[in-house]
Amino acid sequence: MTEPILVIDHLKVDFQTDEGTVHAVDDVSLSLAPGEVLAIVGESGSGKSVTAMSLLGLNRGPNARFTGTAMYKGTELLSASNDDLRKIRGAEIAMIFQDPMTSLNPVQRIGDQIAEQILAHEKLSKAQVRDRVVELMERVGIPRAAERARSYPHEFSGGMRQRVMIALALSCSPNVLIADEPTTALDVTIQAQILERIKDLKEETGTAIILVTHDLGVVADIADRIAVMYGGRIVEQGTVDEIFYDPQHPYTWGLLGSITRVDRPRGERLPSIAGLPPSLLDPPAGCHFRARCPHEFPKCLEVPPLEDRGCGHADRCWLTVEEKRAKREVRPGEIGLANKEEVAPV
Amino acid sequence: MASIDSAETGFSTDLPPEIAAEERRAPGSGPWRIALRRLRRNKVALVFGVVFVLLVALSLSAPLYAKHIAHTTPYKNRIADTITVHGQQKNIVDFDGTPIGPTWTKQYFLGADRNGRDVMVRLLYGGRTSLLIGFGASLITLVLATFFGLMAGFFGGWIDAIISRCFDVMWAFPVILLGVALGVSLNLGGITVGPLSLKGGSLWIPTIIIGISYVVYLGRPIRGQVLQLREKEFIEAARAQGLGPWRIMFSELLPNLASTLLVFFPLIVANAVLLEAALSFLGAGVQPPEPSWGVMISEGVDLLTTAPWLTIAPGLMLVLTVLSLNIFGEGVRDALDPRAKIRMEH
Amino acid sequence: MGRFIVRRIIGMILVMFAVSILTFLIFQVIPNGDPAVRMAGKNSTPTQIAAIRDTWHFNDPIYEQYVYTMKQVFTGSLISYSDQTNVWQEIKKGLPRTFALGIGAAIIWMVLGVSLGLYSAVRSGGFSDRLLTVLALIGVSMPVFWVGALMSYYLGYKFGWFPNGGYTEIAQGGFGQWIYHLILPWTALAILFVGVYSRILRSNILDTINDDYVRTARAKGISERQVLIRHVLRNSLIPIITLWGLDFGLVIGGGAVLTESVFNLQGVGQYFAEAIGRLDVPPVLEVTILGAFFIVLLNTVVDIVYALLDPRIRLGS
Ligand SMILES: Nc1ncnc2c1ncn2[C@@H]1O[C@H](COP(=O)(O)OP(=O)(O)OP(=O)(O)O)[C@@H](O)[C@H]1O
Ligand SMILES: [Mg+2]
Repeated sequence: MTEPILVIDHLKVDFQTDEGTVHAVDDVSLSLAPGEVLAIVGESGSGKSVTAMSLLGLNRGPNARFTGTAMYKGTELLSASNDDLRKIRGAEIAMIFQDPMTSLNPVQRIGDQIAEQILAHEKLSKAQVRDRVVELMERVGIPRAAERARSYPHEFSGGMRQRVMIALALSCSPNVLIADEPTTALDVTIQAQILERIKDLKEETGTAIILVTHDLGVVADIADRIAVMYGGRIVEQGTVDEIFYDPQHPYTWGLLGSITRVDRPRGERLPSIAGLPPSLLDPPAGCHFRARCPHEFPKCLEVPPLEDRGCGHADRCWLTVEEKRAKREVRPGEIGLANKEEVAPV
Repeated sequence: MASIDSAETGFSTDLPPEIAAEERRAPGSGPWRIALRRLRRNKVALVFGVVFVLLVALSLSAPLYAKHIAHTTPYKNRIADTITVHGQQKNIVDFDGTPIGPTWTKQYFLGADRNGRDVMVRLLYGGRTSLLIGFGASLITLVLATFFGLMAGFFGGWIDAIISRCFDVMWAFPVILLGVALGVSLNLGGITVGPLSLKGGSLWIPTIIIGISYVVYLGRPIRGQVLQLREKEFIEAARAQGLGPWRIMFSELLPNLASTLLVFFPLIVANAVLLEAALSFLGAGVQPPEPSWGVMISEGVDLLTTAPWLTIAPGLMLVLTVLSLNIFGEGVRDALDPRAKIRMEH
Repeated sequence: MGRFIVRRIIGMILVMFAVSILTFLIFQVIPNGDPAVRMAGKNSTPTQIAAIRDTWHFNDPIYEQYVYTMKQVFTGSLISYSDQTNVWQEIKKGLPRTFALGIGAAIIWMVLGVSLGLYSAVRSGGFSDRLLTVLALIGVSMPVFWVGALMSYYLGYKFGWFPNGGYTEIAQGGFGQWIYHLILPWTALAILFVGVYSRILRSNILDTINDDYVRTARAKGISERQVLIRHVLRNSLIPIITLWGLDFGLVIGGGAVLTESVFNLQGVGQYFAEAIGRLDVPPVLEVTILGAFFIVLLNTVVDIVYALLDPRIRLGS
């Protein structure tokens, strides 16, 4: 195995609020190899975005506390000074955000917004920057790029704006790309196009990608490894095959049961897991999933450790492997990897 | 003028994530309960709310103070008299026309004006007048603006066109010039419209003028809000049930406007009190010898060099009143709608 | 753009037409004494009064009087009832003073409001922010004529640091004297707006700073200062700039009457206040129409500027 490019170790993020402390991320450890695609999957509020943004220090503030480490090429990101982080942001680690409709400055031209990032890291002439911007926009599939660079965000559709965000993220050829739910806000067909584009780019550039999503169906085809998050913790982690064919955590079973497949219209989602995710302010003791878990037993009042069941496939559940095998309803392979043909070609 | 509306931004506060989180966590309690809880937590706003109530109580007790403590009336001239202060015989108004300064005793606590009238007594009576006009005018504004805003927003079509054009004209009118012009001429001649007859010098004159002046500043936002509400499902539902337009307006729409009206009301009162003072200062509001804070400042300015307390005392009362209303009003707004953008023109 | 401007000009004309009719009617309906009687003086005969009525067209039907008066307004030949001076000539004397007051104060309140608002927002929650908030609220709550009177008494009369009211032409006293005489009025008029603007800008900034595109800007690796200036401040200033135009229109269009009167600047507002005191209708009418003109004009300019600053706004919609 190659040396990982990014190693997150025991990351904890707390936010101090009027009501008390929100434990948004609790003891998350992850690693990312060069060129690898790691998917972080979990329901809304499970702490995915907080994890992602902590890496670039985008959620630093007087009420935020970070513990643990995140090593990127010899730099510890959580404790790095703002100046050091700034050199990494955009140039080494780039990020695509959840909502393309609001993530671009509404009163600046698209081209200028991409150029701003390039100029922050490289000394180039105006003409060189302009050429680079147009080239980037063409690469992500924006037609008439030279002309469109002079447009404002409101003149773009959601899908086109997300393409702009991707062009922006790729503009300095980063080593790591963090995509925080890049397709959630988009139509299903556009979703497929954007994912396809990200996949192509990964193959062209060899950028390592952290893909954040709440939809397992989205990642089947693109990810190498998957980390499932629940209530601020990683509950299961493993390769795509391991998660899809041999899921260990009851929450993962539930997620697999509620998968959205690209070929199925949005409205026809399979039933999702009953109940609400836990409040991260005073989270329940023990396993966070306990309250919604059909297989809860007294042991669950203690926090289960993230236990490695062999070769990096780990999960947080007190059930034994045999018990799990007996109890899980999703039979391996029944809902599994979307076949290549199922993803609508772009 | 459609695009102007978006420029009517105003005071607003940031919505910190903890409040947003609080909202999400408390699904059971109604919006009013949450607002009340937030207002109760805002100590500064509460303190100034109490200050305002005290000021009102003090002003309302003016006749008691005049009768039982100062033993005089707000109109009683004692130019030629003398009084004994701390054993010394003093002229209430000196031969050169300088009135006696604050004695800090029961009589002439804050000194006398040039006619030998007790400033403290006039201050309390003046407060009563100023507050009465402020409240009366604000009620007029509230009723008219709600009525016309509702009509314009709900019916649309030609009714909206007429009302909106009237708003445009009012918007373009130099409010203070119109107020002064109307105030002076009405106060001189009085007016009779049908069965209604106002004598010159009536307090109704400034009250009505001020009340009408602010209609457009409240009417426009209400119209905008009704336009939005009209498209909502519950209005559709009410229509489908066969409710008449008036029923819908008053039993469905009006309750939804309540928080807007509540937020605006203290701010309108504050501004109405200020406008009363301005009109009276220019001789177009309350007419002497009737006291109001504006009248007193206007009378005091002539003697500023020899008797500055005549100007300072009513001014301070005015500032304290308006300030406490502004702070309390902001507290109400923050409690009801932390994202509200509201601005009052002066 | 061209169509928008044409439409707005038509709109302006209609609004001013409505304003002129309203103002004209107000003084017709209100029984404020017959101007002819007042003009003729105390010892006048009925024939004298009738003659005055005739020359001033007081006997004509009301719409004819209106048309006649408006013709005079637009040819600049309207004559005051009380001293028979030409109203437009008097207004022309006052206009430079009113503009000097309004422009200077507008610059002061914009500069101070923006700097204090930015400072408060950057220090939000801290001691200086709270202090500035309190000061701003006090500033918003003070009547301008009261502040003006106290300023001219203490700073002007008592300590003698500034002149005690009055206006000096640049041509007469030079630039220094001109500014020296205007400092107090500028400050008094600006205080209110400084409070309003700094509070609005502060909250705009605090709203904007949480916007998604600001986070995007941070993720680009530009400095915090650039994020603040290029994205946060720029976007937060757009509504402030439009507000500035509207408020400037209000001040020029009559809002300065109190300041002018307190500092005896002899501007258009004070001319108006003195005229209404004598129930002299022609100056009142003409100043009101002029005021409405400035307000509507600035409204239009603001719409255009707003559309230029924010590409999402389309003119004419
Ligand atoms: N600055 C903050 N202050 C307080 N709480 C915060 C802050 N940022 C995030 N949180 C809380 O942390 C929790 C995790 O949020 P996060 O945005 O990571 O969820 P997510 O998994 O990305 O969900 P989604 O799918 O909705 O994006 C939420 O409960 C959120 O309210
Ligand atoms: Mg998220």
